Amino acid sequence: MEGHNPALTYFEGAPLRRAVIAFTAFLGGLIFLLAGPAHAGPAECQGLRGTLKLQGQPVNGAKIAVTTEGGQPVKEVTTNAEGTWDVQVDKPGKYKVTLDVSSLPQNAEVRGGNNVRTPTVYEGNCSTVLYALQAKGAANQQQQEGGESSPFWTQAAQLTFEGLNLGLIIALAALGLSLIYGTTGLTNFAHGELVTLGAILAYAFNIGFGLHLIPAAVIAVIVAGILGYLQDRLFWGQLRRRGTGTIAMMIISIGVALFLRYVFLIFFGGQTEAFAQYTAQPGIEIGPISAAPKNFVAMGIELVVLIVVGFALLRTRTGKAARAVADNPALAASSGINVDRVIRIIWTFGGAIAALAGIMLGLSQNLKYTMGQDILLLIFAGVTLGGLGTAFGALVGSLVVGLFIQVSTLWVPPELKSVGALAVLIIVLLVRPQGILGRRERIG
Amino acid sequence: MDWITIISTTIKAAVGVETVLYAIGAIGLNVHFGYTGLLNFGQAAFMGVAGYGLAVTVTVMGLPFWVGIFVGLVAAVILAILLGIPTLKLRADYLAIVTIAAAEIVRLIFRSVQFKSVFGGSDGQRGFSDGFYALNPYPEGEYGFNLGPVPLLFGHRTMWVLTVGWILIALFSFVVYLLMKSPWGRVLKAIREDEDAVRSLGKSVFSYKMQALVLGGVIGCFGGFIYGLGYASVQPDVFGTETTFYMYTMLILGGAARVLGPVLGSMIFWVLLVLFYNVMTEAVGAGLITFLDTNQVGAMRWILVGLGLILLLIFRPQGILGDKREIAIDARR
Repeated sequence: MEGHNPALTYFEGAPLRRAVIAFTAFLGGLIFLLAGPAHAGPAECQGLRGTLKLQGQPVNGAKIAVTTEGGQPVKEVTTNAEGTWDVQVDKPGKYKVTLDVSSLPQNAEVRGGNNVRTPTVYEGNCSTVLYALQAKGAANQQQQEGGESSPFWTQAAQLTFEGLNLGLIIALAALGLSLIYGTTGLTNFAHGELVTLGAILAYAFNIGFGLHLIPAAVIAVIVAGILGYLQDRLFWGQLRRRGTGTIAMMIISIGVALFLRYVFLIFFGGQTEAFAQYTAQPGIEIGPISAAPKNFVAMGIELVVLIVVGFALLRTRTGKAARAVADNPALAASSGINVDRVIRIIWTFGGAIAALAGIMLGLSQNLKYTMGQDILLLIFAGVTLGGLGTAFGALVGSLVVGLFIQVSTLWVPPELKSVGALAVLIIVLLVRPQGILGRRERIG
Repeated sequence: MDWITIISTTIKAAVGVETVLYAIGAIGLNVHFGYTGLLNFGQAAFMGVAGYGLAVTVTVMGLPFWVGIFVGLVAAVILAILLGIPTLKLRADYLAIVTIAAAEIVRLIFRSVQFKSVFGGSDGQRGFSDGFYALNPYPEGEYGFNLGPVPLLFGHRTMWVLTVGWILIALFSFVVYLLMKSPWGRVLKAIREDEDAVRSLGKSVFSYKMQALVLGGVIGCFGGFIYGLGYASVQPDVFGTETTFYMYTMLILGGAARVLGPVLGSMIFWVLLVLFYNVMTEAVGAGLITFLDTNQVGAMRWILVGLGLILLLIFRPQGILGDKREIAIDARR
């Protein structure tokens, strides 16, 4: 695609050495900023958990024994006042969970009568073990009630919800990546690190400076926006001005990604962390969906941000200019658009919304220095699926990816859910290489 | 600080197992990226399918060592063809995204609990290298010499891996040298420079690219064999995307589109990394550096790799041996 050549509009100048020094200095500042937070204990989850409830009331003091597949005892626990129990295990694999029926309240029994479960624990994941309890003798009544919505559809609804949640987060990150690609031709492999950066900045303000998460998140997004601006001003912009090819820039972005990732590792550590607020919220149930309230709020915020950005792209002067540059930088420049300025605005907003995506991801999962790297390929999948360089394509593609990943766990084991999404990406490229909303053009 | 150990491990790193396996992987990558201009970000997957092909054939199916090597090679060829069909007709950045996605798919399947009985989950497989060491001509003992007070010795098992590894490096370098001098190689280079021009001359660009992808993949997969045999085990996370990126760093450091570029790059890469790591850990251990701990020193080396990659591409994209006019990274499509 010959169109992606904004370097046409630049002139030689500004020694790059300065840019590199400035970039390093900016990272140095970042390091300083991150040096604050103290490390809390690891919050990694790998094991089994569950909640026992009888007619909506938590069951306290029920005994649950966890053994390995071969019968080696792992741990015995009793449920707490909220009816929950939790067993962490060292190794992924199959486990046997036995609920001691005699420890249940007098009037309770396990629906179906089977008190043994054999769940599988996946690496870095907590599996929920379900025991449906009922009052003794209520079996017939329960069955009639349950007939309306089968567990399959309840689960499907729940997974659709979770898929939307993930899809919106991916969409936030993908939008910036796609616009940056469209305007500068840069396939930015360091975009995942911008996502991590947002989460870690928010963590630094939240834990390090003791701010409540909401102001901390706002500041983190603003700081990330400024850093995004500086990144283009001092680094990528200088490279473009120098006439660096897009493939060289792609490999440079890999260097940037490695660099940032391990800077995060040094200052954040290798463990997983959580924000100070909203970590363990009790779930609420809306119809077949149960989720913590924070997820609903997060999705609301994500939706609003995406709509505002979409509106800005469609209606404002800058937004129109941005789409024009993404479409054809040379033509946009010759019609009087300041391409440089547009690209900087896109980097600023791209950095800011990527940071927001990181914070939301940290809120719904946990924080880790590889969290951005882990979803980078999903972001790419969303962007490619929607059509490289198209802003709204990135939105649609990301939602499809998010939904696909979660809903596919109905049939696919959770550890392989990303495999399905990436395989679909490859298949789509075979059938419709320009993506869902991409324009047909020669991309060979 | 124990300078003798530092000097000894650093010099040994110049020819060590890691240097060998990364050099072989990078030679394959050189065929893809250096000569043909294919941005293959999934080279680690080629090494992975080969290593696992060998491991699974020997441990799970109980077949002999040579059958394992054959299965690994076939797996690499199949992977190349599977990757090539959807992507070789697309633009370079699509190839990059698809290859990196495919490499992740391969890694995730290797480490999944679902296929634990075949691939061994995150622990990987071990116990498949006996057939290889049974061929070892070196009697038990230490081999090498003392450079003044510095001992440069390898055990007989490592010696055997290194011997095979360096023979393979020499062989592959010679093959690449001959091929790239041939008319076939000139077509590859022409594709790198201007695909449309080659197409207009009536050459099937797709088929040449596919041949290059298979060749580079097959060469690279020997890196996977060397890993599996050298460490007598395979683990899924060894074959992650970062491995591919390190190979890119080596390739660009040594000089892409040069026969010896990847070999030189791998040697320098590991010498620098081992030297830095040993000096820093010793300094931390001796209390000379107090602001880092040993884990952070480990992270520091990869920060240096990232920084090195950035600086190389900005200031010297042709690396040590390369020619600036002859590298694909300035292609603007």
